[in-house]
Amino acid sequence: MSSKIIFAHLKKDILLEIRQQYSFYGIILYTLATVFVLYNSIKEPEPQVWSGLFWVIQLFICINAVAKSFLNEKKERMLYMYSVTHPVQFIVAKFIFNSLLIVIMSLLSIFLYSLFMGFPIKQSGLFILVVITGSWSLSMVFTFLSAIAAKAQQNAAILVILGFPILLPQLFLIYQLTESLLSTGKSFPLVPFFMLLSLDLLVFLLAVILFPFLWKD
Amino acid sequence: MHKTWWKIICIFLLIYTFTAGLLFDVPYLPILEETIRNLYFHVGMWFAMMLLFTVSVIYAVLYLKKLDIRYDVISRHFAVTGILFGLLGYATGAIWASFTWADPNNSFFDNFKTIVRDPKLIGAAISLFVYFAYLILRDSVTDPDKKARISAVYNIFAYALLFPALWIIPRILPSLHPGQEGNPALDVKNDISAGMRIVFYPAVIGWTLLGVWIATLKIRMTFLKNKLMFE
Repeated sequence: MSSKIIFAHLKKDILLEIRQQYSFYGIILYTLATVFVLYNSIKEPEPQVWSGLFWVIQLFICINAVAKSFLNEKKERMLYMYSVTHPVQFIVAKFIFNSLLIVIMSLLSIFLYSLFMGFPIKQSGLFILVVITGSWSLSMVFTFLSAIAAKAQQNAAILVILGFPILLPQLFLIYQLTESLLSTGKSFPLVPFFMLLSLDLLVFLLAVILFPFLWKD
Repeated sequence: MHKTWWKIICIFLLIYTFTAGLLFDVPYLPILEETIRNLYFHVGMWFAMMLLFTVSVIYAVLYLKKLDIRYDVISRHFAVTGILFGLLGYATGAIWASFTWADPNNSFFDNFKTIVRDPKLIGAAISLFVYFAYLILRDSVTDPDKKARISAVYNIFAYALLFPALWIIPRILPSLHPGQEGNPALDVKNDISAGMRIVFYPAVIGWTLLGVWIATLKIRMTFLKNKLMFE
């Protein structure tokens, strides 16, 4: 597995994203619209509600941003990919691309969300770290699940059904981390943070092992 | 009967569970009182469920290795039987909780609210959700080979990701459910007296064997129905 081919895949995905900007702007619009709807229903949410809502929005942003990575791949194009690359290179490239996408999206969504809903977080640097790692974990899981959902010839609905139960442990860790940042006194819990990272590693390994089986049609 | 010996063991163990479980002496504990006998049933169900799901995953791995559709049938039926035992575990747990956790002074809804919010119950519900999702995923694909492959991949992915977390996370959280200091099901050193252990272990084995029996019957039925397909 050479990094050159992974890089070529990545370049292809980034080029596609730059040429068809509708999806990128679509997600930004999605975030803005959701924040507007929330702002109109709850003006100044309490810190707990704030973080809960933030992660729910973040979850749906992740689904929307990541789902298309496989759901939009046409059958003919996949057939072509099948003849030119190894599945591991393909999935690794998708992981890297989605990670980049989700980091940008999370930064944007923190900005837009706190603009309207306030910012009760006491340690903002750590919060950005938590949001990036948390969203990254969500995107990892959804990247692989979208590969499954694409094979099942279903829309994004099945992605939600498949994903939410599996994601609950990750979400639980993420909530714990966010909660510790809501008040000044608490120190940052390192154990959940490393558990989150090790779960990401597990997702990555499982995806690399299992994707070759999905890929054959 | 096909391969009789372990089925006879299963019947004997379950008869033993029902008679000894209801008649033998149990330690008298406050609140729990006689409901402690439910341990032989409730915990046995969850053990059987976990084991059946594990067997289902093992056959999913075997399917991906050998690509033999029979392994997929086995994997599916073990998962379905696991769901059945999960639901039975819920039913027995609900009966138990209504005698121990539920406060008769509160309304039904208040009691229900505190019970369903317990982290261990949520964990159990999630593991069932995963297998419901597994069945939905299976039904959404029509081609049998593709169906087998995709569902095996999801089965392995979900199990490997979720079950370790389900065993770790509930132990960190405060919960009404016993087993806070260690194993939620098998803390035999502290929770269960020696007298109970002689019923508990056979009960667990008995329920597990019953689960395997149900699953193998279903598997054999499917094999017979699709005899042409498998030959």
